[in-house]
Amino acid sequence: MEAIIIGIAKSAIRLATPYLYASIGETIGQLSGVLNLGVDGVMLMGAFSAFYTVLKTGNLILGLLAAIVVGAIFGLLIAFVNVTLKAEQGISGIGVYIFGLGLSSFLFRTMVGTVETVSGFPPLSVPLLSNIPIVGEIFFQQNILVYGAFALVPLTWFILNKTPLGLSIRAVGQHPEAADSLGVNIVHIRYLTVIFGGMLSGIAGASLSIALLNVFQQNLTNGMGFIAVALVYFGAWRPLSVLSGALLFSTVNAIQIWVQVKGINIPSDFTLMLPYIVTIAVLAAMAKRRIHPPAALNKPFERGE
Amino acid sequence: MKYRNIREISMSLIPLAAFLLALLIGTIMIAFLGANPLIAFQALLKGAFGSMNAIADTVVKATPLLFVGLGICIAFRAGVLNIGGEGQLVAGALSATIVCLNFPNLPGWILIIIALTIGLLCGAIWAGIAGFLKAYFNVNEILSTIMLNYIAAYGMNYLLSGPIMDPLQIRLGSFIPQTARLPQAVDLPRLIPTRLHFGTIIAIVFAILVYVFLWRTTIGFRIRMIGQNIQASRASGINVQKYMVLAFILSGALVGLGGAIEVLGVHHRIFTDGSVSGFTGSAGFNGIVAALFGQLHPIGTIPASLLLGALLTGANKMQRVVQVPSALIGALNGLIVIFVVGSEYLRRRQTRRVERNELKK
Amino acid sequence: MKLKKIIIVLTLISIFVLSLGFGASAKPFRVAVIMPSSINDLAFSQSMYDALIAVQKEMGKENFEFVYSENMFVVADAAAAIRDYASEGYDQVIAHGSQYGSSLVEIAPDFPNTSFAWGTSVSTFSDQGITNVFAYEARSEEGGYVCGVLAAKLSQTGIIGVIGPIETGDAKLYVDGFKIGVLATKPKAQVNVNWIGSFSDVALASEAAQTHINVGADVLTGTAQMVVGAIGVARQRGVLWFGTQADQTSLAPEVVVANQVYDWTVALKPMIQLVKEGTRGGNIYVLTLANGGLKMVVNQEALIGKTIKDIIEGKIDIKL
Repeated sequence: MEAIIIGIAKSAIRLATPYLYASIGETIGQLSGVLNLGVDGVMLMGAFSAFYTVLKTGNLILGLLAAIVVGAIFGLLIAFVNVTLKAEQGISGIGVYIFGLGLSSFLFRTMVGTVETVSGFPPLSVPLLSNIPIVGEIFFQQNILVYGAFALVPLTWFILNKTPLGLSIRAVGQHPEAADSLGVNIVHIRYLTVIFGGMLSGIAGASLSIALLNVFQQNLTNGMGFIAVALVYFGAWRPLSVLSGALLFSTVNAIQIWVQVKGINIPSDFTLMLPYIVTIAVLAAMAKRRIHPPAALNKPFERGE
Repeated sequence: MKYRNIREISMSLIPLAAFLLALLIGTIMIAFLGANPLIAFQALLKGAFGSMNAIADTVVKATPLLFVGLGICIAFRAGVLNIGGEGQLVAGALSATIVCLNFPNLPGWILIIIALTIGLLCGAIWAGIAGFLKAYFNVNEILSTIMLNYIAAYGMNYLLSGPIMDPLQIRLGSFIPQTARLPQAVDLPRLIPTRLHFGTIIAIVFAILVYVFLWRTTIGFRIRMIGQNIQASRASGINVQKYMVLAFILSGALVGLGGAIEVLGVHHRIFTDGSVSGFTGSAGFNGIVAALFGQLHPIGTIPASLLLGALLTGANKMQRVVQVPSALIGALNGLIVIFVVGSEYLRRRQTRRVERNELKK
Repeated sequence: MKLKKIIIVLTLISIFVLSLGFGASAKPFRVAVIMPSSINDLAFSQSMYDALIAVQKEMGKENFEFVYSENMFVVADAAAAIRDYASEGYDQVIAHGSQYGSSLVEIAPDFPNTSFAWGTSVSTFSDQGITNVFAYEARSEEGGYVCGVLAAKLSQTGIIGVIGPIETGDAKLYVDGFKIGVLATKPKAQVNVNWIGSFSDVALASEAAQTHINVGADVLTGTAQMVVGAIGVARQRGVLWFGTQADQTSLAPEVVVANQVYDWTVALKPMIQLVKEGTRGGNIYVLTLANGGLKMVVNQEALIGKTIKDIIEGKIDIKL
């Protein structure tokens, strides 16, 4: 029984990692008022960049950096289109997704060719903590990028709630006119959050290609980026709630995999549906007062409007 | 006078310029691969418009885009983004198929009408679930529609692997996850001897209906008002929540109808390879792009869907002729969307400049 | 205009030159293939692409040409491609995907002079009066059985894990054969099968592999292109792997024990011959171990490498 729980919990934490990076990135961007539906495309580009770098140089840190840089570049593109060109954010995001998917597949085809594996980040046991029975094995014998994802959550919470930067970000998303009149540079803040979000999406992709899966293939993420965006809404733009959403989704996923592996007689299609149904159900059950998105979400800012 | 006309023309040409710029980048990428870009673009045009069959393919591809686009027009005008198109297409297609499979004795045209109506209703219900969750449980519709897309996909897989699998497959032992071929009686009539089918006419009729609905009915007026000025709408007593949900449901209805028509007019059965995009061709997402290119106007969505359908069809031909990796075509599609969407800004700036000049006079 | 003239002149010159060189030369045999995934998926599509390359190598580039459309998972687009290739006069159009069947039924009658091939399938639509469609299939359960026997013998825990996409076609055949092979060798063994519902969800396949190993599996197998994730996990946790459709040894040479490799040339070559002789369809070709269409590739390093190493390092004491 113990082994089963440990196994499922470890699975859940691994599965949650890419969602967490991408979701937190999207949360920050949305809090400043920018909607980015192209997360999946950026994840794929980050995944490929990290993979290719590690394949050619064997250097994991360099690979991670490649993912961050590429993610930032895409973040810049998204920020330019959504903030400066004030494009329709939902649509431009879909364009970025299609572009990222196509470009990553294309680069993979022309630069790598056949499917190959790499030696990614190995599991890293945290000294002392990893020896705690049960909890130690679940939480402290994971991959370094897993630790990074979970450390990101309190860090983000702190920045958003306890620093002037965080205040500016939230103000820009909630009352851009007021923030503007107080001298906050809306454009700078939005560029910052979106580029940072891009970097996190890049790391999310890298966590797949050079840590958890150690391989790259066309459409590696298979739509994960969209789930990550959905989780932002689950978490009502609060990092800790986003974390619980990612964990909920991944835990149910881990359980359904286990159910199937054990041969329990439920049609696989129904178990596969579970994470999605449960996520909606839990959110519905938690129906509190109306949750307000950032007031300026998906609305380009123009002085004097 | 002349100056103003030139300005106006140049404004509408901006998206075209963006489109061409993206194609230019595509040219560079193709040349980079060692293929001849001239031949590539010749192939693109030939694939979209080069023969009766090509044009038919373009229109057939554009039809579901039009249905989804119309749905998006309604939803977006009310300020809601419906990204559940993939799931709603499946809901419409599956329900229509199940109806046709289970009542083989009814006359064809009756069955067609029933099946299309059921498809429309099921698409509305599928979107309605998201609307209901939003209205009564505050579940954000972007989350619920994304989740519902996946649930629809797995539901379809389940049905096609068992309950509605083609009995022929079971007999042959090949277990291909698809339904039986629908009776010929429910095939939508062909317009000319190509793949062009009657569903396109239905789509155009509905485009007109949606236009009438949005601009000539009270409900439509309210929906548009909510999208334009939500505070004013509330202030004038409109139940914003109710109308947003209604817009969602209507959106899903159109998409569901589109799915049903895809089955009856094009595929005559449903199949899967695990994901729904083999059946939908990602029309649930591309339709959103079509709606935007059509300026969210139902009549404008018609040429927009046609253009997008031409692009997708032509790009496939380009891949065949020049033998570039299909991923390049995908990247090019994405680039075009980004460029055209981004160019809206220039268009709006031009519009404002013209308006400012007008005011000055 | 000028460009057009130059092209016409050049074409005429080349035709003249070519006709000098070859006299009554045979036109190259032209094949077009439509595939649902990419040619480097290390699975279904790649096996066909590799086979076509092999045929081209054997027949020579001047006698055999082929073009391909990959990632045609949108069936409507595939149908347009099939029709287009046929109207461009290709000798044979191969629809390499079971989902393309309905499209072929519509298109084949319109092009009586083109030969079509449909795989994996056993239906040539002859009952519908269609005579220009070949069918081909792989009896994957044979290689599955072989892998199953070997897996059972090598497994020490007696628990074996299987990761599949959806329960259809050659995936189902392979998995069924594998299970039978395992249970025939070790009736008490436990075979856990997980259908992950997708051909491309690498992350899910990888977690499925982890879960299999967590419940005690020490041998894994699977089919379709998403298993690369599972192979990575197998490599990381030192669990043996059996592959199918293509040779997956390169992904994890330490643990990939054996692969069932599809050699579609066994179907392609007779089809090409028949088409050249004027028969454009009606036959069903099946890859089997007997006719060499299915080949077992065993990787010695994974099979006995560890045992050899243990003996060399003195870890095994052979008490005579």
